[in-house]
Amino acid sequence: MIEAEKIDSIIDRYERSEECLLAILQDFQREFHYVPEEGMRRLSEVMGVPESKIYAMGTFYKALSLTPRGKHIIKVCTGTACHLKGAPQILETLERELGVKRNGTTADGEFTVECVNCVGACAMAPVTMVDEKYHGQTRPSKVMDIVKKQVEG
Amino acid sequence: MGIIASAEELERYREKLAAEAKPDLPTVLVCFGTGCQANGSRPVAEAFAGIIREQGLELDVNIGIKTTGCHGYCENGPLVALKPQGILYLKVKPEDVAEIVEETVKGGRVVERLAYQDKATSETIAQYSEIPFYKHQHRIALRNIGAIDPTDIDDYILAGGYAGLAKALGMEPDDIITEIERSGLRGRGGGGFPAGTKWRSCVAVKSDTRYVMCNGDEGDPGAFMDRSIMEGDPHSVIEGMIIGAFAVGAHQGYIYVRDEYPLAVKNLGSAIEAARSRGLLGDNILGSGFSFDIKISRGGGAFVCGESSALMRSVEGNVGEPRAKYIRSVERGLYDRPTVLNNVETWANVPEIMVKGADWYAALGTEKSKGTKVFSLVGKVNNTGLVEVPMGISIRELVEKIGGGIQGGKKFKAVQTGGPSGGCIPERLSDLPVDFDSLTEAGSMMGSGGIIVMDEETCMVDVARYFINFLVDESCGKCTPCRDGLPRMLDVLTAITEGRGREEDVALLEELCDLLTWGALCGLGTSAANPVLSTIRYFRDEYDAHIKEKRCPAGVCKALITYSIDAEACTGCMLCSKECPQGCITGERKKAHVIDAERCIRCGVCKDVCRYDAVRIS
Repeated sequence: MIEAEKIDSIIDRYERSEECLLAILQDFQREFHYVPEEGMRRLSEVMGVPESKIYAMGTFYKALSLTPRGKHIIKVCTGTACHLKGAPQILETLERELGVKRNGTTADGEFTVECVNCVGACAMAPVTMVDEKYHGQTRPSKVMDIVKKQVEG
Repeated sequence: MGIIASAEELERYREKLAAEAKPDLPTVLVCFGTGCQANGSRPVAEAFAGIIREQGLELDVNIGIKTTGCHGYCENGPLVALKPQGILYLKVKPEDVAEIVEETVKGGRVVERLAYQDKATSETIAQYSEIPFYKHQHRIALRNIGAIDPTDIDDYILAGGYAGLAKALGMEPDDIITEIERSGLRGRGGGGFPAGTKWRSCVAVKSDTRYVMCNGDEGDPGAFMDRSIMEGDPHSVIEGMIIGAFAVGAHQGYIYVRDEYPLAVKNLGSAIEAARSRGLLGDNILGSGFSFDIKISRGGGAFVCGESSALMRSVEGNVGEPRAKYIRSVERGLYDRPTVLNNVETWANVPEIMVKGADWYAALGTEKSKGTKVFSLVGKVNNTGLVEVPMGISIRELVEKIGGGIQGGKKFKAVQTGGPSGGCIPERLSDLPVDFDSLTEAGSMMGSGGIIVMDEETCMVDVARYFINFLVDESCGKCTPCRDGLPRMLDVLTAITEGRGREEDVALLEELCDLLTWGALCGLGTSAANPVLSTIRYFRDEYDAHIKEKRCPAGVCKALITYSIDAEACTGCMLCSKECPQGCITGERKKAHVIDAERCIRCGVCKDVCRYDAVRIS
């Protein structure tokens, strides 16, 4: 359940300016792991902009997702350096082991596997991020261990 | 210290900081760039702090600890630099800290095992400035990174910060633009448009409001210099923007940063606050009567927003789609007002040019590409990281002298520059000087400075497919050539990499490339042909091998390769058969193993785990 108060408290961090729409949507994403419909409707009401515009932004920007994401987000960097150094194998391993496709979420809602077009840590390629933590020089045979180790703490 | 009210007061403050600073004080610098943090630099810094507390060293040895931005040599992190000795230690672990304190800080001796070892000569090089990766560099944009604490404005001021601004505020705005024009500074974001010309065109448009903006939406895969600058020296960008704003008469600035760079957003935000609290941003900057402030706008993970008109639409709070640029954004940009948009690295150069002068800057580099450029040297090269060198250095020097050659003694095949808008340049052209015009002539472009090194195990058709796939993903869908042309190219390239290529496919690709180059609306589409055309131009033989012989010479394209085990090299350790997700590797202990090619999914796990390099791809 998305709390209306949480939505309002995020909107209230910002000025009533269209310049802040994207930042608010990103904060929704961060707080709820997706952009809830209630949030978009409320934002449209408060800012006085059409719902269609908010929806357009929600679907355009890749950082935003309109469907709930998993509890843990695994990001496979697919930048050029990572691609050359084996990112496709890392992605395939995660897809196979977790039983999801790229940008998909596991049935139990635990993991979402995403691809990012370069996280800007190319010297450590190939890079896999689990939630906000970077893991450099990941290998297909080790990536599941990394995920498990971090998630189980 | 509160507001600094004048240029003279800034100088007096700097002198005061210098008098209080103790340059001989032993200082431990632990890199807190994203790379080093991922490699565990925080526990290392904590270990230093612990030992200092434990041994009461603050009182008798006086060690200062600073957390700095990225040194660029990320692969070897966590990096620890020691002053005054000028020593750099690589891959430092918390358990090494006691030894470093005992040996180096107290005893002044080098801990050899933590120092850099030259792979070619096996020589140990402890001095930061003598390590080949750093020795050939000339740092202007990266001047402070790794040496100062990005969260401490006093550190920046002590290093000479805001002197360029103080000087500029005493000049006529027109003279500042002339100085930037004379320096020959060209935009570091990709296009290489002369910065001074851009500023002058902005001033030429009549308007009551103008804006200056910083493009920190570093999207080119393989490039991360802007991230490093924003994280490691945010004030250099802010100072550059204030100078630019004064020159063109803008009072509001925006920095558009990728949201994927949380540390950059944080450090820029705190630097803006700190600059305001010193009177370097806001009303009446340094008592000059000039007012200017900066807002940060976080990007939404759309590559196309690095394009100027899309970026401005995004800042305004819209979907970031580009527009046709019959009228340039310097005339009608943000909110339809004249706008100067420069890249992070470009802005970071501006204060130094003001301090040292246009002649000094123009003396570096080549005839048409002045100054230095930061490159991110990544891929299959021994020393990876950020390097800043004068324009005009050859590709070979970058790869061999600074990069230390190709990993694992493999053969150097090509470099890819310019991200998805650039192309691949083959090894045989590697004496080519790296500057804006030479790279464009060779069918690539400078882009933001990513240099991705490729070896014999890189398939050039796969690289072309990779970039087109990237662009299909990132195309905004507004114009037809890009929205529909790119997926067609991807279909053709995928067919070739899967062994379904037809002889006429190369000609079809060339035709589609032509369509995009001439028909697409913005730079994303018009430059999308480069990765394909450059690989066709220089590596036609690889396309032919895929199409005619159904063979991938580099052993990359999954549909065209088979995995097998070299019976000579295999020791029968059984590791691969244990790890194989298909369970299709069989064999007894201490006897050569065999892969069932029918059931093999070519996941590469066996090759990854094999310690004897016995897995072959053919």
